Amino acid sequence: MLRRIFPHPVLSVTLVILWMLLVNRFALGSLVMAVILAIAIPLMTAAWWPDRPRIARPLALIPYMALVLWDVIVANIQVAKIVLFMPSDQIRSAFITVPIDLESPEAITLLAGTITMTPGTLTADIASDGKSLLIHSLHAPDPDAIRDDIKTRYEARLKRIFG
Amino acid sequence: MLSEILIAVFLVIGGVFALIGSYGLLRLKDPVQRLHAPTKGSTMGVGAVLIASVLWRFFLGDGLSWHEVVVTIFIFITAPLTALYLARAHLHRTLRRQGLPKPANGRLWAGEDLGLEEGN
Repeated sequence: MLRRIFPHPVLSVTLVILWMLLVNRFALGSLVMAVILAIAIPLMTAAWWPDRPRIARPLALIPYMALVLWDVIVANIQVAKIVLFMPSDQIRSAFITVPIDLESPEAITLLAGTITMTPGTLTADIASDGKSLLIHSLHAPDPDAIRDDIKTRYEARLKRIFG
Repeated sequence: MLSEILIAVFLVIGGVFALIGSYGLLRLKDPVQRLHAPTKGSTMGVGAVLIASVLWRFFLGDGLSWHEVVVTIFIFITAPLTALYLARAHLHRTLRRQGLPKPANGRLWAGEDLGLEEGN
């Protein structure tokens, strides 16, 4: 019964939280509206998530987000240093192939997004079989180190989260 | 007083990073390099301004505000997507495919695998 009303509990909870954040103050009326949306939107969008993502360890997402947030700050300072002080003929940009072992599209999307937000790297494309990412690095004196760093720092953690 | 100084510090940090991001857009050489400056520089710029906004509401306004959290979430969703689209558009336009490294198992990149080369 509960399953019928909330076919996608994660989406419903996300919608309630998002609506309450948008309203920006707690009121019972807003909560009722949030619950109505949390029931209606999953029903209307059911066609677009036939295989909804299964997150094995959702709690592990929180330290992961903290790690990414920290890396974003470090990334900004690094990129700012390169932009301000490095002569342009010394910036060695490179395209790098990163083979990925992640299976679920959601995990790969999260990895690609993380790569774009963090130190000097950018996701430019994905292989047609979904098994490699094409990364562009702003300053890559050692492309292999960057590839290994992405695999150990982010991919390993995502693999644990998505199971 | 102290809170105002703190807010001002965050606003200045935000402004400096936004400025560096825009300057990078001018200074770096090719389009893919240029993408790096705005995706990072302005994220930090917007982030610092958002923290200043939270602090202002908290100390001088009417209590805790959650809108900044929502803005942060939306930026983290949209910024990488925009960068990805721009990077792929650039790869299409410049036809520098020959210079790209191959995927791990020798297949094609999704942007190449459109059958465009065969003329459909």
